[in-house]
Amino acid sequence: MKVNKLKGWLYLLPAILFLGVFLVYPLIDVVIYSFEENYNFASQTYTGVGFYNFSYVLHDPYFLQALKNTFILVIITVPLSTGLALIISLGLSSIKKLQDLFQTVYFLPYVTNTLAVGLVFMILFKKTAYSDGLINLLINFFGGESVDFIEGPYWAKMFVLCFYTIWIVLPFKILILTSALASVNKDYYKAAKIDATPKWRVFTKITLPMISPMIFYLVITGFIGAFKAYSDSVALFGTNLNVAGMNTIVGYVYDMLYGNSGGYPSYASAAALILFVIVLTITCINLMVSKKSKISVN
Amino acid sequence: MEKTNFEKIEAAEKRKALIGKVVTYFFLSLWGLIVLFPFYWMILTSIKSYGSYNAEYVPKFFTLTPTLQNYSDAFTEVSLGRYFFNTIIFTVLTTAAMVVIITLAAFAFARLKFKGKNLVFTLFLSLMMIPNELVIITNFVTITNMDLRNSFMGLILPSITSVFYIYLLKENFEQIPEELYKAAKVDGTSDFKYLIRVMIPICQPTIVTITILKVIECWNSYVWPRLITDDETYYLVSNGIQEIRENGFGRENIPAMMAAVVVISLPLIILFLVFRKKIMAGVSRGGTKG
Repeated sequence: MKVNKLKGWLYLLPAILFLGVFLVYPLIDVVIYSFEENYNFASQTYTGVGFYNFSYVLHDPYFLQALKNTFILVIITVPLSTGLALIISLGLSSIKKLQDLFQTVYFLPYVTNTLAVGLVFMILFKKTAYSDGLINLLINFFGGESVDFIEGPYWAKMFVLCFYTIWIVLPFKILILTSALASVNKDYYKAAKIDATPKWRVFTKITLPMISPMIFYLVITGFIGAFKAYSDSVALFGTNLNVAGMNTIVGYVYDMLYGNSGGYPSYASAAALILFVIVLTITCINLMVSKKSKISVN
Repeated sequence: MEKTNFEKIEAAEKRKALIGKVVTYFFLSLWGLIVLFPFYWMILTSIKSYGSYNAEYVPKFFTLTPTLQNYSDAFTEVSLGRYFFNTIIFTVLTTAAMVVIITLAAFAFARLKFKGKNLVFTLFLSLMMIPNELVIITNFVTITNMDLRNSFMGLILPSITSVFYIYLLKENFEQIPEELYKAAKVDGTSDFKYLIRVMIPICQPTIVTITILKVIECWNSYVWPRLITDDETYYLVSNGIQEIRENGFGRENIPAMMAAVVVISLPLIILFLVFRKKIMAGVSRGGTKG
């Protein structure tokens, strides 16, 4: 019997070992790092314990820029991508022919390499010496003026970043919402049809309440994902995001850790913890809102 | 002949439904076009020659003189072949190691009885909330101190366990009736043999789904490889394409760059088209991007 008890642990041993070393220990360590002041990476020494790292990060213009970029990205992409996904899924579930084909096509961005396909977006939007790029020609065609979306004004760059982010995140949202729509009990719709309920009412009184848990799920995961944006920005603007002015919080963490301005795990830890607190707060607010609205529906 | 009121209403309704359908198909196709266009553009650009691409102020939507020169450039002028090979090794080793570890752990949680099992499982679940960004800092330091930077070990080690996949597989294992396990025990089958002979074959679909999702994740991983490798010999495709963008080809050779992008994107697109149903079902069960 004794051997049997040990056996369970034996099966778990590799998982526990790896999770311990690469997940649990780092979690404790990152907090310690963030409070060690003037930590020196080479000699692994520090001079004191306190909040200096947090204050440094919060006063660093690069961090503030990253914070601003991330918030703008979140505020624009999360509602827009969720809404767009809802419209597309509604359209998808209302048709029969070609539904499978559309679904397959829409899912493609999910399986693409963010870094690689980002380059395609870059050449589509980039203005170079020999060509203004396809998008600019399109803008010219409609009477607008060319803008350099990759190295030009801030809002042009932000637009490309948001556009690419939405392009990347939509497949997941469309997939989730289409399966949510498919699982709504068809009897409700039949009953509504007998009563000749107008379409808009059917949508707000039946469809929306039925799929609202999934929408909240998407909003919450969308917020979390958007706050961690990083590789989309690298794909479009290159690795030197601080110079491009398009860094994100996660990008700031990695730059502090390694890269041109790297070698400061303490600052990186402080920034990562600030990000974690932001994400946690937003998630809690989201959960509270979703609970409240559920009560009001009932 | 006068149409009755009823017929008029019916015709109007039909027209409205038809218009609705046309509008729906139009917008669905429009989005489909937006999704597909970048793929079309990268393939198109990759078969244009360097000279003709740069000569087009207004880019053409087709080419009459396709060339494969860019593909050979991508493999000879920059180390795309090496990045590709590295990524395959990384993906295969990481996925294989992970599947073994999570299968053992899921089996322990699903079937074996030992003290503290529920407590450990709860702790495991709570680990799912830890964001990767938070632990990557220490992992970077750990791997650096272990002298594993620029090595496959360093690339692979931190990503070979996944609490979520353990949970997914455990749920699946538990659906196999316990009587089967008891019967096997009576016959004197060892736990390990039971796992290999009975549980894994029955749960094969889930294991395949997990494997595919992990392969996608490995193939696209960028952040960790970027931190842990600065020697080009160990670059994966994501870092590789970034390297090609910043230092490759000497000049701005966009067609060759697009050829590299096509080569990098193709394996996953093929994988997706083959396992379409499985991947989509797997992702909707709990995959998120990033």
